[in-house]
Amino acid sequence: MYTQGLDSLGADCLHLSAAETAALERRFQAKVDDDERIEPRDWMPDAYRQTLVRQISQHAHSEIVGMLPEGNWITRAPSLRRKAVLMAKVQDEGGHGMYLYSAAETLGVSRDELIDQLLTGAAKYSSIFNYPTPTWADVGAIGWLVDGAAIMNQIPICRCSYGPYARAMVRICREESFHQRQGFEIMMTLASGTPEQHRMAQDALDRWWWPSIMMFGPNDAASKHTAQSMRWKIKRFSNDELRQKFIDVTVPQAKFLGLRIPDPKLEWDEVTQHYRFGEIDWNEFQQVLKGNGPCNRERLEARRRAHEDGRWVRDAAMAYAEKRRAREAAAA
Amino acid sequence: MSEPRNQWPLYEVFIRARSGLEHKHVGSIHAADARMAIEHARDVYTRRQEGVSIWVIRSSDITASDPADAEALFDPAKDKIYRHPTFYSIPDEVKNL
Repeated sequence: MYTQGLDSLGADCLHLSAAETAALERRFQAKVDDDERIEPRDWMPDAYRQTLVRQISQHAHSEIVGMLPEGNWITRAPSLRRKAVLMAKVQDEGGHGMYLYSAAETLGVSRDELIDQLLTGAAKYSSIFNYPTPTWADVGAIGWLVDGAAIMNQIPICRCSYGPYARAMVRICREESFHQRQGFEIMMTLASGTPEQHRMAQDALDRWWWPSIMMFGPNDAASKHTAQSMRWKIKRFSNDELRQKFIDVTVPQAKFLGLRIPDPKLEWDEVTQHYRFGEIDWNEFQQVLKGNGPCNRERLEARRRAHEDGRWVRDAAMAYAEKRRAREAAAA
Repeated sequence: MSEPRNQWPLYEVFIRARSGLEHKHVGSIHAADARMAIEHARDVYTRRQEGVSIWVIRSSDITASDPADAEALFDPAKDKIYRHPTFYSIPDEVKNL
């Protein structure tokens, strides 16, 4: 919505003097400082708009690509109940992608452009979805850890300064909590099952732990966008704060499952009342971001194929709608 | 680049949560026509019984007020506090008023 309105707004802005722009910027920041929300047609600095388009579309792409690793198990889920649950979860991810694309579009970028950026590799999506899902336990670990980390990241965004993004996030968070719980339930079933099932659960935790805590992004010192995003209230907590929170709540859950977190340096610190943990392999993170993770090529290939294979459906639906409109116009 | 001509138009979606409530804006959806917009809105916005009725309208058909006009439009109501019942002081012993 409002796409056309934004174009004219942009043109108007060209006529503004530097002093006028500075005044608008001051008013904008005052609104943000007062915890007021910014809505699509309100004036906003270009950099704020660009930051939001980048973040919201990355988030949308992550939801869409995120359907792939789990979709891998829909036909092989161990029971009808698990299959129904997994389908509902994957449908939710698709829906979340749609909410987020909608929110991004209010900033004046078209859906086609966004999809194009994903398919050409120009846009990023969460590095976590470039890891494979070789066993059923991976579906449990993804729900528990990956969705758990996503929720930790997303809850503060429900109070983001940009209205449409915040509203999309409220819906998403409400729906995500079932995702995490169903994942934990799978882990519980496996961890308390046969020794082989227990080993499967441990193996999944071993493979997903480090990629999950990388999901919070680089350390604060290395995070180039954090300070500005916090000033704009797009972001409310730093990467390291959120990562620490996630580790603090997840370690006791692993203990409950009787599983071992694959970090020999992990230990409770009485003084800080937080867990201390080992060094993250940032080289691995960078490699996956650059496209060299285990499944990067496969994921993009699957998205491109789906987009190409669906093209005739989109074109046919459009042609049919145009034909009907023309007929109705002729009859009137 | 895909042809912009082929992008399905955008529709705004309004949902009535249950009978007795008004339709409320929930977001937007792309579709080839209005009927498809309702079907897509059903899939995207009502997976958990969020609604009993859906309205869709082409986003380009909405006329919206300009935030720059907000003062002109809405400030005149600011100083008319006599439109609110609390403006009038009535003694406590007067009941049912």
